[in-house]
Amino acid sequence: MTTARIERHHYDVVVIGAGGAGLRAAIEARLAGKRTAIISKSLFGKAHTVMAEGGAAAAMGNVNSRDNWMVHFRDTMRGGKFLNNFRMAELHAKEAPERIWELETYGALFDRTKDGKISQRNFGGHEYPRLAHVGDRTGLELIRTLQQKIVSLQQEDFAETGNYDARIRVFSETTITELLLDGNRVAGAFGYYRESGEFILLEAPAVILATGGVGRSYKVTSNSWEYTGDGHALALRAGATLINMEFLQFHPTGMVWPPSVKGILVTESVRGDGGVLRNSEGKRFMFDYVPDVFRKQYADTEEEADRWYNDPDNNRRPPELLPRDEVARAINSEVKAGRGTKAGGVLLDVSTRMPAETITKRLPSMYHQFKELADVDITKEPMEVGPTCHYVMGGVEVEPDSTAAMGTVEGLFAAGEVSGGMHGSNRLGGNSLSDLLVFGKRAGEHAAAYTDSLTKRPKVTTSDVESAVLTALAPLERPGGENPYTLQQDLQAVMGDLVGIIRREGELTDALKRLQQLKLRVAQVGAIGGRRYNPGWHLALDLRNMLIVSECTAKAALEREESRGGHTREDFPQMNPQWRLINLVCSLDGSGDVHLERKPVPRMRDELIQLFERSELSKYLTEGEITQFDAIEGPTGDAAIPGAKSKTEAK
Amino acid sequence: MGTKRHFRVWRGDSAGGDIEDFDVEVNEGEVVLDIIHRLQATQTPDLACRWNCKAGKCGSCSMEINGKPRLGCMTRMSTFEEDETVTITPLRTFPVIRDLVTDVSFNYDKARETPAFAPPPGVAPGDYRMQQVDVERSQEFRKCIECFLCQNTCHVVRDHEENKAAFSGPRYFIRAAELDMHPLDDRTDRKEYAQSHQGMGLCNITKCCTEVCPEHIKITDNAIIPMKERVVDRRYDPLVWLGRKIFRRDQLDGDGENMAPSSSVGVTDVAKGAPFTTNRGPEGPEVREDGRMDVTEVTLPTQGGPSPFGDQQFPLPSGRVAYQPPAPQYGVHDDGQDGDHGTDGHHQGH
Ligand SMILES: Cc1cc2nc3c(=O)[nH]c(=O)nc-3n(C[C@H](O)[C@H](O)[C@H](O)COP(=O)(O)OP(=O)(O)OC[C@H]3O[C@@H](n4cnc5c(N)ncnc54)[C@H](O)[C@@H]3O)c2cc1C
Ligand code: SF4
Ligand code: SF4
Ligand code: FES
Repeated sequence: MTTARIERHHYDVVVIGAGGAGLRAAIEARLAGKRTAIISKSLFGKAHTVMAEGGAAAAMGNVNSRDNWMVHFRDTMRGGKFLNNFRMAELHAKEAPERIWELETYGALFDRTKDGKISQRNFGGHEYPRLAHVGDRTGLELIRTLQQKIVSLQQEDFAETGNYDARIRVFSETTITELLLDGNRVAGAFGYYRESGEFILLEAPAVILATGGVGRSYKVTSNSWEYTGDGHALALRAGATLINMEFLQFHPTGMVWPPSVKGILVTESVRGDGGVLRNSEGKRFMFDYVPDVFRKQYADTEEEADRWYNDPDNNRRPPELLPRDEVARAINSEVKAGRGTKAGGVLLDVSTRMPAETITKRLPSMYHQFKELADVDITKEPMEVGPTCHYVMGGVEVEPDSTAAMGTVEGLFAAGEVSGGMHGSNRLGGNSLSDLLVFGKRAGEHAAAYTDSLTKRPKVTTSDVESAVLTALAPLERPGGENPYTLQQDLQAVMGDLVGIIRREGELTDALKRLQQLKLRVAQVGAIGGRRYNPGWHLALDLRNMLIVSECTAKAALEREESRGGHTREDFPQMNPQWRLINLVCSLDGSGDVHLERKPVPRMRDELIQLFERSELSKYLTEGEITQFDAIEGPTGDAAIPGAKSKTEAK
Repeated sequence: MGTKRHFRVWRGDSAGGDIEDFDVEVNEGEVVLDIIHRLQATQTPDLACRWNCKAGKCGSCSMEINGKPRLGCMTRMSTFEEDETVTITPLRTFPVIRDLVTDVSFNYDKARETPAFAPPPGVAPGDYRMQQVDVERSQEFRKCIECFLCQNTCHVVRDHEENKAAFSGPRYFIRAAELDMHPLDDRTDRKEYAQSHQGMGLCNITKCCTEVCPEHIKITDNAIIPMKERVVDRRYDPLVWLGRKIFRRDQLDGDGENMAPSSSVGVTDVAKGAPFTTNRGPEGPEVREDGRMDVTEVTLPTQGGPSPFGDQQFPLPSGRVAYQPPAPQYGVHDDGQDGDHGTDGHHQGH
């Protein structure tokens, strides 16, 4: 196998992924003067970020001036059930407003408040209206804005050098299959053009992973074909570690019927704007599922809940606005108890609660989508919804300030959904888009700084490239091998049925066994057809990534004997404060098998933990930790937040 | 419970190709993209097709279904007759890469040639203030999912490779309009620029682009016409040449730069002030009961110009069809021209 004909490029920073995180990182690296490449499996501007609907959370305080980063931090930690990396949650809450405002200077047009500021909307788990939004197409606005900013940087470069690609170049429809190392240092990335099947080698001392999530391993998912966990697997193989892989978010309200819209999400703002959930008996069942920790904030009668929409200061919120894992679990219980619809969902109704014009105004693309795709008129009839695999909280373990990957590798950075820690065991709606911007920027900045710190460029070795070529071509050499689509379906069945939303020990052990069998079969996967735009071949290559990431999820899910956020064990239904002290960290051992390790969760700084009330903390922390908390001096809870409302004011 | 249905899918690459016949299972509630996925999973694992979201949000799955430019994921099977053959072909205006995948780099090149947002000097991030009514006009255009169906449909480039260099296309006219209407954009020459550098003058307001836009953006009425309106009385515009049909004489008068031939319309003042009838005036067309607009320009059996196979009625008769897509435009999308090839890198193809 010769490597002489492989197209080679030299860059300072290579960003894998053209979603919100990747584009923001690339902008920062380019602004730092680095030659930057952006790689994306799909066309420029089509990454998964376009699908985000609800909004981007940032405590700008435009709608309620009591909001600030401390309240946002608190909500994020609560949502993640205190397992979040506190430093990431802190940076995120502090920097999100700046990142959103910056988008306006790139040309973004958010919806406005009466006084002309960026409007912010309510969302599950956020204490104040906090999500900057554009109708229900916020993700599209975000990615288009960043895409257009990159184009404008290219225009600047063109004016200066006569070449648009002089400093920042987009390689669209290009898949990276391998990271190449020089010792422990990143030296480059290897992949293929999807169009031609030709290989490409990008030599660079710094690589930023921004490849998004893993949802394609599940049967019902909102995620597209891109989400095969490539970044997670690339990081593992390069010697980095993954954290929290047992925590997957199942969106409570994905469409389950009709099939043309199966897996498509009904944005949570439907609930924020007044949508209610009913079972097949017509009962508004969420009132039965308010967990004790949330009793104080949520209404217990339909009357109070209904009053909240118009008078949020004097009423408690409806239970439909509980964090999404609570909602998902409630729906799952209803369906399992035989109170679901035929297709295995429950009913989400806005039609009886708002006039048709309000619905079409507030949820234009939702309305449009269902009318056009499924001939369902949401202004007239309820929607059939159920839990859908949506987001992976787990990901590359990173150093919070620099986003540098932990483990043995140097020069690798990760931002966006592919990174882990920020969201703990559960992500609040809207916290992802802001996460992309905050940590995307940090990744670009620190990757650029890292390249400056090197005295010598790491070198790619020819033998590594040769073996990458062989691995990539292997499925094509086995035209009689197993059909990749069948393998993918089998994998999805294992993960959906055995490592799904509700988990049990027996099923998880079974899943691990089946994953081992699948591993042997995936090693024999075949592809027919040539190298030009061949989806069968592409899937065959993605399978090994999906498999390794699924193994991490299953292993960690088996290990964690408690229920918390996006991880529910039927055999351990309670949250256990001892487990809050533990992160589960995956790495690959010499033979390529997943190795799982327990590591301590970093302890929150005093001034941050003081933002919480003792009564709240006592539900999450061990007694020892509470004793430590009591020893800290100064005000706690709302009293520690300047300008916050006092508890007596809220009923 | 599924029924077998007959599908015809164009397969091939830049060297040419054929329509291939398939019988596939179709279930209730499915869309065309579901059927393509079933084909990939059961019969043709290497059938190339772009998609991402399957929800009409990313604009990846553009194709021509029975000759109509559409999103595969938004075309319900229930819109066809039970026994209707469904013929799927690639976008016609762009060079074929493989099967249903075309080279849409034309659009990305045009995007680069459209001047970016110019932030207002002296306004700090966080200090931007705009009223909702003012941003709404531009927001309509920012709904664009870049499916490029409008670009594919526009007759200025659809069969006219030669116009591609000068013409940015409707997608980039709405981009220009969006920035023109942006309350804080600092450039004032968006209209002139669209006219002189983006080839907006070649557009003769046929509204085919509006008709195919899956986001229902009123491309012509809300973007192109307002962009043309004020430009028209300032500079030469091929449209003015058509002016005798479209514009009243008083609109043409008093413009020294106007090189349009004189016209008799309105000379007697009979038609003055009356909307002209033999062509579309600047006001919007009738919206039909189904919420769509009629396409009046060319009345063809299929939307937006003839099929890739010459004049055909769909479904196509069986037998071989030799479709010769235009040769790929090298030099427009020059991979690695910036000297990126390493010393040992002769990228000599296959
Ligand atoms: C339906 C839906 C609605 C959502 N709504 C919201 C919301 O309202 N608010 C919110 O905050 N979040 C929301 N989310 C979550 C949020 O959209 C995602 O978490 C976020 O967009 C992830 O962005 P990213 O930049 O990490 O990756 P992505 O935008 O997914 O981009 C990944 C990129 O990596 C590329 N890539 C992957 N693998 C490779 C490879 N091997 N080689 C080269 N390139 C590769 C892909 O091509 C793609 O460009 C939603 C998600 C979904 C699915
Ligand atoms: S109105 Fe007609 S000519 Fe003008 S851009 Fe649209 S399709 Fe092209
Ligand atoms: S304007 Fe409409 S048709 Fe044209 S690219 Fe945008 S969404 Fe597609
Ligand atoms: S797949 Fe995204 S628009 Fe059809």
